[in-house]
Amino acid sequence: MDAPEYSITTRGLNLWYGQFQALVDVSLDIPARRITALIGPSGCGKTTLLRCFNRINERLGYVTTRGEIHVLGRNIYAPDVSLLELRKAVGMVFQRPNPLPLSVYENVVFGLRLHHRRGELPRARLDAAVEQALREVGLWNDLKDRLDTPATRLQLEQQQKLCIARLLPLKPQVILMDEPCSALDVNGTRAIEELLFALREHYTLVVVTHNMAQARRASDECIFMLLGRVIEHRRTEDLFLNPRRPETAEYIEGRYG
Amino acid sequence: MSETPLETLRRHRPRWDRVGERAVEGLIRLCGYSAILFVLGIFLFVFREGAPLLPKLDWGRVLLSPEWYPTSRMHVRYGVAAMIAGTLSVTALAMVLAVPFGLGAAIFVSEFCTGRVKETLKIVIELLAAIPSIVWGFIGLSVTNRLIQTYLPAPVGLNLFNAACLLALMSVPIIVSIGEDALKAVPDSYREAALALGATRWQTVYRVLLPAARHGLLAAVLLGVGRAIGETMAVLMATGHANQFPRSLFDPIRTLTATIAAELGETAVGSDHYRMLFVIGLMLFTITFIVNLLADLAVRGVRNKTG
Repeated sequence: MDAPEYSITTRGLNLWYGQFQALVDVSLDIPARRITALIGPSGCGKTTLLRCFNRINERLGYVTTRGEIHVLGRNIYAPDVSLLELRKAVGMVFQRPNPLPLSVYENVVFGLRLHHRRGELPRARLDAAVEQALREVGLWNDLKDRLDTPATRLQLEQQQKLCIARLLPLKPQVILMDEPCSALDVNGTRAIEELLFALREHYTLVVVTHNMAQARRASDECIFMLLGRVIEHRRTEDLFLNPRRPETAEYIEGRYG
Repeated sequence: MSETPLETLRRHRPRWDRVGERAVEGLIRLCGYSAILFVLGIFLFVFREGAPLLPKLDWGRVLLSPEWYPTSRMHVRYGVAAMIAGTLSVTALAMVLAVPFGLGAAIFVSEFCTGRVKETLKIVIELLAAIPSIVWGFIGLSVTNRLIQTYLPAPVGLNLFNAACLLALMSVPIIVSIGEDALKAVPDSYREAALALGATRWQTVYRVLLPAARHGLLAAVLLGVGRAIGETMAVLMATGHANQFPRSLFDPIRTLTATIAAELGETAVGSDHYRMLFVIGLMLFTITFIVNLLADLAVRGVRNKTG
């Protein structure tokens, strides 16, 4: 087996919300083209960590970050890094599906419109991008005749798939997902999980989940966090079958959390 | 004392509850209905005072002629066309100034500043809304009047432009505070969605927030219009009060409201002139009613979209 290639590495990452330290000395290597699940009880910092990778945490003015994060080999806190380029390469899917209040079509091409001048986007290019992105998430057949409907009228599962689809025209390499199934029912969850496996071929996926069974089913590697620290990071089946640390064992047995 | 608190509750609470609850409910209901009562009452009063003249008016003349000679011995004429033009032009110009400024400020307060700056700005803007209109009129007479005469090619400083500036300053606080509410009502998830796709803050504003908040922003603008149309004292003092069609930005004009304010005290109660001023009041009523209705429909549009 060839050496693993890492999409995201962090070294000594610390993060404070005001006085409260939410991440403590996080050092991780997240492999490319794998599904990595972040698990842990509420408030353990898994969502915070995820939101560091595209620096969307910084929206809140009171966040202080120390340490290094390299995404795709670049230090994302280097002064010459463009936030916009970073966010093009690192897409994000949120807990509640949040399609923009636009049509399905405009949601998918939204990213292209942000990053290109009007003249660079002939209709044919947009059409092609929409079809490709919707095919990739399995929505094309359902929605190809309804591209003009407002995205907020779709079913939740379709909305969440659309939220994934709208990342794709920007050709991201990493997709961050913050509990992408927590607003969905069983069928929606299954559909999204199947989609994760399909996307794994081309993208690095980092998925925060509250649902241990989901982490077990739908991830290659698993990172267990507690109180802002990474407790254990191993291949998913190893972590669940013979956890090394007692905290991990107790958590996956459901003794707390 | 062997009673437990629970028994005390059982014995005393229900009666108090029932009486108190009813009294408060009745009082609140009265407050609610009184608003309708007052509006209807005012309308009826204005209508009653103006009504006897209504059938006697030649409406073509009234609405199309600028000739306002209510006290002429020989030939009384009640043409309000110039005043309508004055009211509409000063309101329109005020909005041209106030809408970009007000919406810009609303966007800035809501999206681009945080913490102490935001709180300070909001307080200052609300303070701007609290300045009495007579003070604005005074500023129009003494400050902007002189500025306009000195720096702009205007023979008189009391004119359309002067009054429009004051009205703009008076409507901006309304546009800002309602516009900010409209922007604040846009779910944060839209902002995060756009930012996570690499949108700049400005792109987020004009591609996502403005379309999402458009009904609320329209309502903000219309309420600003309502404020400008109804304003009396400041325009009476700053327009020059000359009954003519404005031909340039720097022409003195006269508005419907200012006419009522200036003349009502000098008419005999029950005279035709007196009644004509009430008819003008009815016209104003109609205009502001339409504007408020539009604002209301705009806000309703918001609920239908998000609900």
